Amino acid sequence: MSITAEETQEQIVAATKARNRALIDEVLKVYPEKTAKRRAKHLNVYEEGKPDCGVKSNIKSVPGVMTIRGCAYAGSKGVVWGPIKDMIHISHGPVGCGQYSWASRRNYYIGTTGVDTFVTMQFTSDFQEKDIVFGGDKKLEKIMDEIEDLFPLNHGITVQSECPIGLIGDDIEAVSKKKSKEYGGKTIVPVRCEGFRGVSQSLGHHIANDSIRDFVFEKAGAKPREFTSTPYDVAIIGDYNIGGDAWSSRILLEEMGLRVIAQWSGDGSLAELENTPKAKLNVLHCYRSMNYISRYMEEKHGVPWVEYNFFGPSKIAESLRTIASYFDDQIKEGAERVIEKYSRLTQQVIDRYRPRLEGRTVMLYVGGLRPRHVIGAYEDLGMNIVGTGYEFGHNDDYQRTTHYVKDGTLIYDDVTGYEFEKMVETIQPDLVGSGIKEKYVFQKMGVPFRQMHSWDCSGPYHGYDGFAIFARDMDMAINNPVWSLTKSPW
Amino acid sequence: MSDDLRQIAFYGKGGIGKSTTSQNTLAALTELGQKILIVGCDPKADSTRLILHSKAQDTVLSLAAEAGSVEDLEIEDVMKVGYKDIRCVESGGPEPGVGCAGRGVITSINFLEENGAYDGVDYVSYDVLGDVVCGGFAMPIRENKAQEIYIVMSGEMMAMYAANNISKGILKYANSGGVRLGGLVCNERKTDKELELAEALAQRLGTRLIHFVPRDNIVQHAELRRMTVLEYAPESDQANQYRQLAKKIHENGGNGTIPTPITMDELEDMLMEFGVMTAVDENMVGKTSSVAAAV
Repeated sequence: MSITAEETQEQIVAATKARNRALIDEVLKVYPEKTAKRRAKHLNVYEEGKPDCGVKSNIKSVPGVMTIRGCAYAGSKGVVWGPIKDMIHISHGPVGCGQYSWASRRNYYIGTTGVDTFVTMQFTSDFQEKDIVFGGDKKLEKIMDEIEDLFPLNHGITVQSECPIGLIGDDIEAVSKKKSKEYGGKTIVPVRCEGFRGVSQSLGHHIANDSIRDFVFEKAGAKPREFTSTPYDVAIIGDYNIGGDAWSSRILLEEMGLRVIAQWSGDGSLAELENTPKAKLNVLHCYRSMNYISRYMEEKHGVPWVEYNFFGPSKIAESLRTIASYFDDQIKEGAERVIEKYSRLTQQVIDRYRPRLEGRTVMLYVGGLRPRHVIGAYEDLGMNIVGTGYEFGHNDDYQRTTHYVKDGTLIYDDVTGYEFEKMVETIQPDLVGSGIKEKYVFQKMGVPFRQMHSWDCSGPYHGYDGFAIFARDMDMAINNPVWSLTKSPW
Repeated sequence: MSDDLRQIAFYGKGGIGKSTTSQNTLAALTELGQKILIVGCDPKADSTRLILHSKAQDTVLSLAAEAGSVEDLEIEDVMKVGYKDIRCVESGGPEPGVGCAGRGVITSINFLEENGAYDGVDYVSYDVLGDVVCGGFAMPIRENKAQEIYIVMSGEMMAMYAANNISKGILKYANSGGVRLGGLVCNERKTDKELELAEALAQRLGTRLIHFVPRDNIVQHAELRRMTVLEYAPESDQANQYRQLAKKIHENGGNGTIPTPITMDELEDMLMEFGVMTAVDENMVGKTSSVAAAV
């Protein structure tokens, strides 16, 4: 009996699904009944044609497991506010939260650190016992005064609340208001991002978005800056400029004839935040962390927004055309010109790396939108994503994921340390892309690994320039000769 | 810390007379040859004024805030000696509406223990503010702190509610630690059937009314002079009342019980039984006076 190619493919998919289902069952076996029941809802095998990935998300992690999630403070300070370069962000509370999140996210920026930009510096109120007992409002006032003295070129201050602030009921809003008045109307933003709020960093993004709305947009509306509009003004939202990502994205938009009037929050400034509602279109990279403020600008200021994906040439071309569709022919032609301009570079990258990476399998577990967004870049290099999952995604993320993943892909939401290890052990992918906490576990298992939060001290990965670096890095990880030298002693 | 150190605590509704009762009773305890340390655990810091004849003592927390941290303090800075060599410490706390007073209590008690404040005394008495509102104010009833709690109450309804609530707090820690309910102290308010009611409540809570302190204006006279009755009028009847209470507490060591708090319904039933409260007509609940008049 002859077997057609389609039939073979179908058989492979069916076998993959069966293996993945068996793997989920096996993983759940070690848990107590109640835990297994809860975790079962977060693990699934994607079925083609379904509207989402069939997993529950944005739910409290199970106590006792190792979760990779962060907290609301991490979401606000580490992601949304921290990269705004000309403002000073106070980690308000005991020293640890600020200390351990200090400059760990590689948000690149232009400026003179300590003079007009402050991203890689750490400002903390370093709470002591007496601040807990007597409250920290006076200390906060003093810190703001010191900031004004020592860093007169700062354009604003944010107060990033750590857990105790909410517990002892400090009135950071009153302090911010008082000091703002004292400094002639300076933007001072109190952010109620206490770590115990919500189930992950995701609520911190939302709280931080709301604080931009309340303390930047509303305030700027009362005292508008001078601004000359053009029909081609866009704002990049939700690019954190990790390793320079926003820059390699921005040039593509500029080359197609658009004017980028703001980019957030990577390399962003307060003035850019304030000007954003004047854009003709908001182009949104990280949907998860910045959709809230984009929706607000759409409702309040009538600025449409569109999601884009600048990982890998296929998605870049698709995104450039989508963005151009909001503008006239001049921009549409511009998009085609940009795609054409970089096609040679792209082809060279693919010619060089695809033969070395073709058919290799990848498992991802990251935050934000990368569990889906980077898939196109891997596929441009001939690689296959066999499993993916979000740290703190919501259902709308899993819906969007269906446009990226193939039938039978293993899906794991808020995966636990144990589950991820077990899955990688069984599936034996050629590469795992995840974070620093996972890196050494898998490397010690002999599995090539790349950090997909920080690009492992590399990057940028966005844009055409980023794709070349991405391809090199994946090749470097997978085809590193070191893997053939490691032999287990048993 | 010596093994036979007795640690007791006075709890009760705010304004019931905890600090007055405890200071007078502790003053009387000295006559039984007991060396005493009072630890005030109320941000108002008024637990030791009758012993020290002072308005307010410098508190552990205010001194710690001045010095930088509690580690910068010496025990001599915070401990004052008053009437009959009673040692006094006030925990203190933030002004109303800021910070965390509960954390303050925890900080202070840890500091006192670690720095030998309990060495060489026979009794440590904690005077704690009205309600056990959070974990900090439960500190004195947690493991290895007070062995017996004395609840100061009266025949007033809210005081009895509070006594029942405090019993719930004690019950929680009685199972994990060694804390027991020593008994109720009724501070007379001259309400109806006060003694009977207090005795009945004590029985329902699985404890006893250890003493009924009659109302006497001499307490007020002594207070105005920032003195205990024991010092102001040692020969008075009221002083003798406190001596009796002191003796009963002294002999009550190890006789505490695990309380059996009752439900709100049971408490209300009991009050109705004594005619303190009349049965609530369910039809009247939530109706304003004008609506009620119209019915």
